[in-house]
Amino acid sequence: MTNVWQQKWHDYQDIAQKGLWNNNQALVALLGLCPLLAVTNNSVNGLGLGLATMAVLLTSNILVSLIRHHVPSEIRIPVFIAIIACAVTVIDMMMHAYFYTLHGILGIFIPLIVTNCAILARAEAFASKNTLDKSIVDALFIGIGFTLVLILLGAVREIIGNGTLFDQADLIFGEVAQNWTLYLPDSYNPVLLAILPPGAFIALGLMIALKNLIDQKAKRPSLVTIPVEVKVSN
Amino acid sequence: MKSIYTSSPFAHNNSSVQKVMLQVQLAAFPALLAHILLFGYGIIIQWFLAVATALLVEYVMLKLRDKPVLPNVTDFSALITVTGLVFCIPPESPWWVIVSGSAFALVFGKHLYGGLGYNPFNPAMLGYAFLLISFPAEMTQWTLPKEIAGYSLSFWESFNHILFGAVAHAPIDSFTGATPLSAVKTGIQEGVSAQQMLQAPYLETGWWNLTAWGWINLAFLAGGAWLIYTRTIRWQYPVGFLGALGLMAWIFHSINPDLYAPVSFHLLFGGTMLAAFFIITDPVSSSTTPLGRLIYAAGIGVLVYVIRNWGAFPDGIAFAVLLLNIAVPLIDRYTQPRVLGHNR
Repeated sequence: MTNVWQQKWHDYQDIAQKGLWNNNQALVALLGLCPLLAVTNNSVNGLGLGLATMAVLLTSNILVSLIRHHVPSEIRIPVFIAIIACAVTVIDMMMHAYFYTLHGILGIFIPLIVTNCAILARAEAFASKNTLDKSIVDALFIGIGFTLVLILLGAVREIIGNGTLFDQADLIFGEVAQNWTLYLPDSYNPVLLAILPPGAFIALGLMIALKNLIDQKAKRPSLVTIPVEVKVSN
Repeated sequence: MKSIYTSSPFAHNNSSVQKVMLQVQLAAFPALLAHILLFGYGIIIQWFLAVATALLVEYVMLKLRDKPVLPNVTDFSALITVTGLVFCIPPESPWWVIVSGSAFALVFGKHLYGGLGYNPFNPAMLGYAFLLISFPAEMTQWTLPKEIAGYSLSFWESFNHILFGAVAHAPIDSFTGATPLSAVKTGIQEGVSAQQMLQAPYLETGWWNLTAWGWINLAFLAGGAWLIYTRTIRWQYPVGFLGALGLMAWIFHSINPDLYAPVSFHLLFGGTMLAAFFIITDPVSSSTTPLGRLIYAAGIGVLVYVIRNWGAFPDGIAFAVLLLNIAVPLIDRYTQPRVLGHNR
């Protein structure tokens, strides 16, 4: 019995590592770039869209995993899309109700989560082939990985392009967060490019490069002495 | 006797990257002199800041890329890049403008693409576009010529102003203003005719009735003529660019002289001559076929006119050059000269 649980735990760890790092949807698979690039001019916007995407991903992965034995493979894509569209509609309406201003800022990019390839990709490549528990873990960690990239990208662009960090945090966290905003000194002159579209591409490119660099450094083998046979003939 | 077997061509070309770059630098000298005489010493300080930044950035980037430092720094290509950039920015702008612009041009325009020879975009124009988009307020405040401001900064005043933001006598607004291109553009948008705008005092005064901007453009023209004479640059670039820009200006000026400024205005204001002889002639990021060069240069000329008249920015050279840089592979593909012995 313990063996089964150990196996499960091992699987979960594997899924988590893939979702957060090895197969990060934003940095490795490069899926869902349209909303990623468009809303990350601010870390709070990034967090908002990241959470919305994660909620959709969780719903769709659960539903797809539950019905995976009943959907004929010929029509699976339309079925997945219908499920995702339902989830997005619900999330969209909930955000409209509870996070009105944030909903207004994110605007079209919330309905557009439907077309986020990352979600369809997880439904097709993972949830439709795996059990419910694994699909939930996958959705959570893929979502967290995506959200972390959104926040990081938003934070970098906000600091450089606006001279602030966590601006408008109250849109998500309520009144408490009204003075969470950190400001750079007044003498700093914001570089507008960073919060404009080209800044998104440049910053994401640099983040991908950084990830690859870290991977490369990690992969570099430690010094291994290779035995060499030397024959000396007299 | 020993024979050496080599294949054709046997043409000899006594030039190197280094030599070409130094020739270009030398050709910019008249314009530099005119700039100092007309707009003060700001440009010298900016140039030293830019060169210092360039040396530092080159050193760091070459170390990071595991490339030899000395041969790559002494090809002087970074020097040309930052010199081109220095001429584009307002001479009294704060130090971080030229430092960040030069660093961006070299890091993102050159090294990230693999160094000199691999950059699809003109690094100087990439740096300038970066500055235009990032610091719009700083980039539009150009120093007024002495005759108009009635006052000019001494070397130390310029130095203090650029490095520490301190102004000795007057607020910055009293000696900077909009460039003629942006003044005329705003005027036309407000309903003043182009003719009237050109008679505004600061567009007429100057030595021999030619404005400071006109003199600088002529100085670039002189340097450029020498570059063509020494065959450092090809004639297709200036001819295509100035031809297309002049033709566009002539057509629209003939249609409606109230709305569209005359040809001389477009040729003698803004960065026209700088672009024609020093910017679009960059051999790395421009077309490589004779006909392609002509198309490339003419495309830039047309786009510059379009952006100057109907765009959001007063001058459009940076954006026009970058857009045509992207089009270069396509232009090259369709303008390949016929190989000897092949049919059409």
